[in-house]
This record gives sequence, C-alpha cells and structure tokens, in this order.
Amino acid sequence: MSFLSIADLTGGYGQMTILNSVNLSLEKGEIGVIVGPNGAGKSTLLKAMFGLVNVTGGTITIEDEDITRLPPDRFASRRIAFVPQEYNIFPTLTVNENLEMGAYSRSDDFSAIMEHVYDIFPPLRDKRDQVAGELSGGQRQMVAVGRALMIEPRLLLLDEPTAGLSPMFMSEIFDRVIAVNRTGVTIVMVEQNAKQALAIATTGFVLANGANAFTDTGKNLLANPEVAKSFLGG
Amino acid sequence: MAEFVFFLNKAVLSGLIIGSIYALGAIGLTLIFGILRFAHIAHGDVMTVGAFFTLALAGILSAMGFSSPIPLVLITLIPAMALTAAFSIGLDRIFYKPLRDRGSQPIIIVMASIGVMLMLQGVVRIFAGTGTRNMFFDQPKDIYRIPFPGSTRDLVLTEPQLVLIVFTFVAVIALHLFLTRSRLGKAMRAVSDNADLALISGINIDHVVKATWVIGGGLACAAGSLLSMDVFLKPDLSFNLLLPIFAATIVGGIGQPYGAIAGGFLIGFSETLAIFNWSVLLRPFKASLPFDLPSSIALVPTEYKLTVPFVILIIVLVYRPTGIFKGRVL
Repeated sequence: MSFLSIADLTGGYGQMTILNSVNLSLEKGEIGVIVGPNGAGKSTLLKAMFGLVNVTGGTITIEDEDITRLPPDRFASRRIAFVPQEYNIFPTLTVNENLEMGAYSRSDDFSAIMEHVYDIFPPLRDKRDQVAGELSGGQRQMVAVGRALMIEPRLLLLDEPTAGLSPMFMSEIFDRVIAVNRTGVTIVMVEQNAKQALAIATTGFVLANGANAFTDTGKNLLANPEVAKSFLGG
Repeated sequence: MAEFVFFLNKAVLSGLIIGSIYALGAIGLTLIFGILRFAHIAHGDVMTVGAFFTLALAGILSAMGFSSPIPLVLITLIPAMALTAAFSIGLDRIFYKPLRDRGSQPIIIVMASIGVMLMLQGVVRIFAGTGTRNMFFDQPKDIYRIPFPGSTRDLVLTEPQLVLIVFTFVAVIALHLFLTRSRLGKAMRAVSDNADLALISGINIDHVVKATWVIGGGLACAAGSLLSMDVFLKPDLSFNLLLPIFAATIVGGIGQPYGAIAGGFLIGFSETLAIFNWSVLLRPFKASLPFDLPSSIALVPTEYKLTVPFVILIIVLVYRPTGIFKGRVL
C-alpha cells in the first residue's frame, strides 16, 4: 500500500455531498498537487483528509494507519500538518510564538527545528519578535507554513499557499515548498496557479465535480492537450 | 493642603480601589469571552459565591477554635479562590459545555448564563439568607493613617484596601508573565486569536478552557471577597458590579486582558471623579473667586454613580466599538 492512500472517499458538509468517490495515492517524499476548477472539491478533499469534513464513505490511510474521521486535534501528534488557506496564523502572537504553538504537541526540545524553519524562511528570522498580524502577506504565509513544519511533518497539507500573493512572492513560496519537500516531507497541495504547481508536482490530480478527472505525473498533465484545454485555460 | 489630601483619599485612592475590583472582574470576563466566545452574565454572582466561600471557610476555621493575628478571611482567601476556580469549572461542565458540544449559538449560551446568574442568586440566599454580613467577624479592621507632609489630614487606607491594591498589582504582573512566558498562557492567547488553527495545531482546548475558568473564577473570588471585606457582604453584591465590569471589558476591548485592566481602572476613576465634590478643592481660593462657591459641585450625585459606566459604555460602543485595545466587536 502507498504511503498515503485515499480510496473511494465520499463526503461533504451536512447533508450536501461534495466529494464523490475520490481516489488519491502518493509515495513517501512526493509532491501531490490537486488542481481543478472552482467548486471541484479541492479544498474539501484536503479538509476531509484532516478530519474537518463529514466523511460518509471511503478510507484514508497513512503508512497503513487508518486516519479516516480522526478528530482534527489528533493529527499533530501523528506528524500530519495542515495549512489552511485563510486565517492560518495567530495574528496577535509573535512569529516565534506562532512557531511555538505549532510545536504544542511536542514535549521534546524543538529549538533545532525552529532554527531550521528560520533557515528555510530567512525573512522571518529578523521578525521573530514581531506580531505576526503586522507582517506582509508573503511573510504571513511563511509563518503559516513554518508553524506547520514545527512538528517535522511526515505529511504536509497546503491549501492554496499562494492565494492572494503577488507573482514574485508566488514563485518564492513554490521555491520554499520544494525546499521543504527536499527535507523528506511528503506534500499535498491544492493550487489555483495550476501550471506553476503542476511543474513542481510528482503527481497531479485534476478534480472536477468532486471526482477524479485526470491523474498523472505533473509533466504529463501539463502536456495533455485535453487537460490544458479544459482546466489550464488553453 | 488638607483639601488636596481629601482629593487623594476620595478620588484617587477610591478610584484605585474600585478600579482594582472592576479590573479583577473584567479580566475573567474578557478571557472567557476570548476563549469561549460568550458574555458570561453570571460572572458577578461567581464573585458573590467566592466571597461567601471565603467567609464560610473562615467561619469553619473559627468554629474549630483557630485564631490568628491576621483576620481569618485574609487567610481563607487563597483556598476560597481555589474553591471558586473548581466551582467555575463545575459550572462550565454542567451548564455551558453541553451547549458548546452541541454547537449552540453564543447567544444561547449567554441566555444559559443568565439562568445560572438567577440560580446562583437563589442558591446564595438559600444558604446565607438575605442579610448583610461583616467579613471581619473575628477582629476589627485595621485602619492605616499615613501622614501627608504639610497637611493636618492623613491619607487613610483600610487593611482590605491595602491587600486589594497589592493583590491586584501582583495578579496583573502574574497574569502578564503567565500569558507571555508559559506554554499554557501562550496557548490561551492562541485559542483566543484563532480557535480553529489552535485545534489543528494540536493545542489541547480542554486544558485552555479549564485554565480560563481557573483564572476567571479565582480572580472573581478575590475581587468579591476583598470588596466585601472593604464594605459588607450582601447576597446582591453582584448587582452593582455586573454593569461596571461589562463596561470595563468592552471599553478595554473584548478579549484583551490588558484592555480589561485598563478599562477597569478607567471606569473606577471615572466613577470616583464624577461623584467627587470639586467644591472642596476650590475652597482655599474662595476669597478670590468671582462667584459664591456652592457647597457641592459634583458631576453626578453619589446615588447615581452607576450611570457613569453606562454613559462611558454607550460612548465607546458608538464611537469606538473595538475599545481601547482593539478587541472584538459584540
């Protein structure tokens, strides 16, 4: 069985079903990118993986452990981290305190990993005692990802990490995602900027109407004329 | 000079004293709002219950034949705070947590807290009657007269007032250190900032909720007990406290503990300055004034003191609804 494996996942909010039998599998150390039109269920899939969506059918397993319907506060101790698209920092806490909160489930000394996070996001080092809510959009996103890295995640879920950022910050964030992945973290990312995201993807998953439309390597999806026509804007 | 000392006693010291009471109450309210997202209307009555715990424990000590050079209620204050903290956690478990777990709207929990308020008022009367009690039953209250240089009048402070001022000072510093240095304190701020993110970061929300009630309940007990020691203990103690404490919370910025402290003192000083008889300060210059000095110049008569927080509250809600420290908007 794969490192991460989602089989026939069905679910949604309340009575409304958004995901219809979605399948997704990734090997350790890969980057999976989920793309698709608005309303395809990309973010819902990510939230469902983190216990934030009502799952009515199917299973999610990571390294052979069934994590379907696990309450969201149990993921940190299993070294699975989630960075929501919005409201992903503690705005009145300092950068350093944000990172400390990311490490809340750890009882060991995490100063080394904190230094590592500052190595990945150098702009944060000088602002470590600054209140996170006062930072620029790009730096906030770095705080958000940095907080998630504090548990040294096996699996990192990123919900549109470049949403609302200028193109310059966007490629900066993609560079950082690659850097994080190189340290051995498996990443699942939902992205609006499909072309850039698929370019760094090991595997791409195109969702449409809450179901798998295409699954292939990032490169192949970018080269697939049908995908390009329907989902990548020509 | 005597007039100035009168001003210090009646306006400055009194403001400091009542401001401390309001600040201690408002810290609890603002933390509860920040973490649990509802206005805890029963908070004033937790103060009353806490004061009765202090008196009851002192009564038990006294009945056991225990006597000490310091008043018994000052000895039992700390255990009563612990008892009130446990009592508050119990209130949460029985009345508020089931509603939260069911995903009830905040307004429903506020309504429940009004019910808890009425219930506590009844329970206190069942056990303690409706009469007024003196907390200093074992010995008289010490009164400290501090001579003021150049004046025939002394600065006057009673024993519970001195304890209150010192206690508030220590409590505020301890709270600050707790919120900025300790892991649990930072987690409380994190939950107040963004509860969903705190949850997915693996912060134990249950611990944070308990800590909130421990701090809120403990400080409410201290404020209720020390106020009762300063005057008398009445079952309707909360009646005159609830509104100023809510005003202090909102003025300071809802969810902001430092705002609650600032708001508490702001409301306290506003009250004492509004009812202060300014005529006294003008008396030395009576001869040079172009008009006859009335015997009383006060903004508000003493019996209408409670209007002051009302007025401040309305002004803040209209012109700066986030309060001094940019809190949440109700």
